Amino acid sequence: MSKTTEKSEELSRIAYRRRHAKMTKGEKTKFRWGMFFIAPQLIGLAIFVFIPMIFSFVMSFMEWDIVSEPKFIGWDNYKFMMEEDEYVPLSLRITVMYTLIQVPCGVMYTLFIAMLLNTKIRSRSLFRTIFYLPSIVPAVASAALWIIIFNPNNGVLNSFLEVFGVEPQLWLYDEKEVLIAFLIMSLWGSGGGIIVNLAALQGVPTHLQESMELDGANAWHRFWRLTVPMVSPVIFYNVIMGIIGNLQGFSQSYLMTGGGPNNSSLFYMLHLYRNAFQWGRMGYACAMAWVLFLVIAVFTAIAFFIGNKKVYYEGG
Amino acid sequence: MGVRKKSHRRRSAIGRFFVYLILIMIGISMIFPLYWMIRGAFMETSLDVMDVEQFFPNKFDFGNFKEAFESAPFDQYLKNTLYLLVFNVTATVVSCSFVAFGFARINFRHRNKFFAIMLACMMIPGTVMQIPQFVGWVSVGAFDTFAPLTIPSLFGSATYIFMLRQFFMTLPKEYDEAALLDGASYFRIYWNIILPLSKPALLTIGVFTFMGVWNDFFGPLIYLADEANWTLAIGLSNFQGQYASEWHLMMAASCVLVLPLVVIYFFAQRHFIEGIALTGVKG
Repeated sequence: MSKTTEKSEELSRIAYRRRHAKMTKGEKTKFRWGMFFIAPQLIGLAIFVFIPMIFSFVMSFMEWDIVSEPKFIGWDNYKFMMEEDEYVPLSLRITVMYTLIQVPCGVMYTLFIAMLLNTKIRSRSLFRTIFYLPSIVPAVASAALWIIIFNPNNGVLNSFLEVFGVEPQLWLYDEKEVLIAFLIMSLWGSGGGIIVNLAALQGVPTHLQESMELDGANAWHRFWRLTVPMVSPVIFYNVIMGIIGNLQGFSQSYLMTGGGPNNSSLFYMLHLYRNAFQWGRMGYACAMAWVLFLVIAVFTAIAFFIGNKKVYYEGG
Repeated sequence: MGVRKKSHRRRSAIGRFFVYLILIMIGISMIFPLYWMIRGAFMETSLDVMDVEQFFPNKFDFGNFKEAFESAPFDQYLKNTLYLLVFNVTATVVSCSFVAFGFARINFRHRNKFFAIMLACMMIPGTVMQIPQFVGWVSVGAFDTFAPLTIPSLFGSATYIFMLRQFFMTLPKEYDEAALLDGASYFRIYWNIILPLSKPALLTIGVFTFMGVWNDFFGPLIYLADEANWTLAIGLSNFQGQYASEWHLMMAASCVLVLPLVVIYFFAQRHFIEGIALTGVKG
């Protein structure tokens, strides 16, 4: 018993020494070259990530408008956010709600289309192009386009719905419908997700598909028992990216509604942007950014917690 | 057996019919907004744009494009955007491949630690850094210059470094070993062996960077104040505010913003598809 512990201690000592031993000449040259190549990124991380993060944390305890001297005010920024600035909880609620709707819808929609594209169809690349093209349209251009489409008086969407007897909707001018309008736009532009899902589906071996079919498993079973587990890493990736992206959503509400009507599409980032760049409340905006950071971290952590149980990694 | 086979075949034929039906229906709703944009660009007046009865453009000349270009200095916006594109695409391709080479082809001590740090930083949302970065650029007097929108690309972007590293790892190690025996330095291996072998991957990165710069809205919005410095995206958004009811001009200007991307997509389709699939699947 004691012999084995001695032996393992000895081994760990060797491993420790090996890790901390002086590098040989060859290792040294390699280390220098390696550092030479990755230096730009390390310097970049220091300048554009580490220093700004520290700075931002310190600033979140200051009152500062760039022009005058910063003033230390302790937790006041955070207190103001919780207790007085009613737009913070409001915009946070809107942003989180939109994320909770958009991410599942986006994931299901892109997976659905990708599965259709993965069946034996002709002209797959034509369809792929059709579904991908909208996603390359810049936000500014698609904002202008959809304002026209969503026009409540004589927009083409309402005219189309009228054919089916649907009453004209207000879309961007309605407190409840504005987020639905954003959701429609986001699905329109989600071609990248379709491509990612399609690539993953093409990695599912057809012989598994066929052998399950021979065993009498129906399409529903094959979907849940084979397809979903096999593409689950990609679904997981899309969920994580969707959470991070949507919680920082900005351009739609900035470009199309200005947060309206009646602040019903006031995304958190829009409120943050206004505080920082229109009202010059830099310290307060930093505090807001850290709160958003925490929210994103919590949601990503929950996604990882669920993902660790459900995501299937081949060979791992 | 024969009967079963037949019914099976019929069922799959029906299934395929529905697949086509759904794909075509959703496909049309994908393409339709783009058509509506082009149609709007060729309508005579703003009222015509909003007149759904006129399903097809009522003229085929480029008057709206000309008028849009005359009512705002789009040529200046274009020049600025081109400057940012040339700088960022070149710098990103060089810097990212440079760093990726270090991570992929040199096995040095602590490499994996540095790599893990870089990947961890990818997860930090940009929001937290934006304001300090802005303050930093202002304090060095770079507000309303192109510096904040160009200099960062010299240091490489983690996502593209990651993509290129994955690609570099697939190249045979023997090339490097042979070159090292011949007395070549790591820099020569990078420049003369790895880069020429990686043209498709570099092109993918270039295309992605192009898209990113062309579409970037938030960066130019906070850093560029003077109209002479604006990019196309910012110019168009301002145009939107000023000519809010001139929909035919808006659509013409929007088409100008979309068209180059469509052209690039058709020329570099393979790189788009592979690049997206790679970032997603291997991410």
